[in-house]
Amino acid sequence: MPNAIEVRGLTKRYGPLTAVEQIDFTVEAGTVFAFLGPNGAGKTTTTEILEGLRRRTGGEVSVLGLDPWTQGYALHQRIGVIPQDFRFFEKLTPTEGIQYYGSLFGTHPDPKSLLARVDLGDKADSHFDTLSGGQKQKLGLALALTNNPEVCFLDEPTTGLDPQARRSIWEVIRTLRREGRTVFLTTHYLEEAELLADQVAIIHHGKIIASGTPAEIIRAYGRPERLVLDAPPALGEYLHTTLGVATEWRDGRVQVPLESNRDALRILSAVDASGLPWKGFSTRTETLEDVFVRLVGPMDEGALKSEAPA
Amino acid sequence: MKPRRVFADLKVVSRSYFRNPAALFFSLAFPIILIALFGLIFSVGSGGPVSIAVDNLDHNSPTSVAFLAALNQTKLVTVTVVDYPAGSFAAQLGDNGYSAGLIIPAGFAADYSNRTSVNVTVFTNPEDASAAGQTEGAVSAVVNSMNLAAACGSGHCTPVIGVPPAENIGSQVYTYIDYLIPGLIGFSILTSPMFSMVEIASSYRKDGIFRELSLTPLTKSEWLLSRILWYVLLTFVTAGIMIGAGVVLFGAHVEITLGLLPFLFIGPFLFVSLGMLAGTVAKTPESAAVIGNIITFPMMFLSGTFFAVSAFPNYLQAVAHVLPLYYVIDGMDQVMLFSNPMRALFDFGVITILAVIVFALAVRFFQWRDTR
Repeated sequence: MPNAIEVRGLTKRYGPLTAVEQIDFTVEAGTVFAFLGPNGAGKTTTTEILEGLRRRTGGEVSVLGLDPWTQGYALHQRIGVIPQDFRFFEKLTPTEGIQYYGSLFGTHPDPKSLLARVDLGDKADSHFDTLSGGQKQKLGLALALTNNPEVCFLDEPTTGLDPQARRSIWEVIRTLRREGRTVFLTTHYLEEAELLADQVAIIHHGKIIASGTPAEIIRAYGRPERLVLDAPPALGEYLHTTLGVATEWRDGRVQVPLESNRDALRILSAVDASGLPWKGFSTRTETLEDVFVRLVGPMDEGALKSEAPA
Repeated sequence: MKPRRVFADLKVVSRSYFRNPAALFFSLAFPIILIALFGLIFSVGSGGPVSIAVDNLDHNSPTSVAFLAALNQTKLVTVTVVDYPAGSFAAQLGDNGYSAGLIIPAGFAADYSNRTSVNVTVFTNPEDASAAGQTEGAVSAVVNSMNLAAACGSGHCTPVIGVPPAENIGSQVYTYIDYLIPGLIGFSILTSPMFSMVEIASSYRKDGIFRELSLTPLTKSEWLLSRILWYVLLTFVTAGIMIGAGVVLFGAHVEITLGLLPFLFIGPFLFVSLGMLAGTVAKTPESAAVIGNIITFPMMFLSGTFFAVSAFPNYLQAVAHVLPLYYVIDGMDQVMLFSNPMRALFDFGVITILAVIVFALAVRFFQWRDTR
């Protein structure tokens, strides 16, 4: 498959501040690409450059073979964009919004089926200012599809949505992929990336620090499987002194890395022998989120907001 | 430039507008309120003296001077002595904003002392009945007392000074309301696009609506054109309401001609573009409002909106002549009141050139996208 997006040496500076520095990546046509990173890492800046909404300082960028900045007008006919925090004309209904976009693009979308597709059929005739955050975001998605785009850019499409709305957007993303469209997704929900993405890139301080499939990233940066014991810290110290294994006190539990499954049996016997109280155990494989947190530090849920400079 | 996209956008503008009750009320009721308010304040008889122009052809003879002094003493009229070219008195009254006038003939003093019959000529505007009545009342009161003094002294009461029925100068005389209609149409051509475009330019940028639109095939000039068309439609409605209210409430007599149409089109064209340009140069909605006001306020008062520019002192007239709205209102005055198409054409030319320049600048400087 050819590449829908190619980025080489992309750099963006705002005055003395470097937002994105020499990044490279490609997105194969027909795949879902998740672009991850903490706030202020350069996600939105990069996305806006790809969408032709922002001028780059240096490097090569091509989307569907076009330069997004100089050939933006041609590019916009072929891509769909849902920005963070989608806003629209307050007194327009979703049906009218789709008719409006259809006239602008010269396509003839059927508002009813398009709205059903994003699960917004019941709000087809409500004014935009009466829609909830999730419903607004769904309208953004429906509008981005009025021109039957080859590449869809979704900038944190599920931020702030309830679990049900989030799931219905995931379903739309899966459908887009099935239809052969390329999806460029930025998100800070690692679970979302792991579920949906074929390829992932993690950006931190303007540089890409890891990329590949979610499984490749976990293999490359993740820790081995661990035994997790619901027990006091004293048990960890006991295991460390008696067996010489490295233990860790994390999330209120004792965690022990496993080299093999047999290790687990050995450790559990020692636990039994210790005479210390314990409530339960489980084994745990690292997720993309564990890797992410280790690579870029903990994400502050409270600070999740636009990373674009004001 | 695709008409399909312009009309799609126009549909969105009109829907947003009709779903905003406050906007709807202001554009329909505000014109009536303005006309009614200013019409009531200035054009219905205030009870004060009527200002009349007097051409004294008897060259300030003592008798004629005494006659005018007596007129002033009635407190019904205030006399201003003028010297208009012979034969154009009636026309000059209208152009200079008088609603009544009087000519004292040459030889008035001599005829009076010889007891030879002599007539003074009164000019009134039948449309302005209260001013006409006040003027005729004042003149006949003074004439009667002078006749009494002259004739009855010798036993016969034969009138010496006659006052023939007042001459009709209505077709050349305009009341305040007549000036007010083009002025207030101009006022709304200026204010409604300026205030809202300045606001839209900054709030759409802040809300990311321009960004949304930049991702569609809609171009900046199509977008601006759709706003212009919307304000042209709105101006037609507003002008219709104002003319209707002026005629019904105050009996205004304005000429409704096709010559008005170019101004109802080019006016909004200019001020929508100017509002957009002003909103574009501003960085924040607050500074946009300030810039909008700096541009709008001088024009609101100094372009002949509420008062005729010809009544201004010279230095203010000079200021008025550099304000774009002056040419819009003057052009409408020429077609609606004075039937002077050549001057209207000149005004139209000035606004058109300006509108094209401002439109081009607005399209050039206003950015859909963030260029940083």
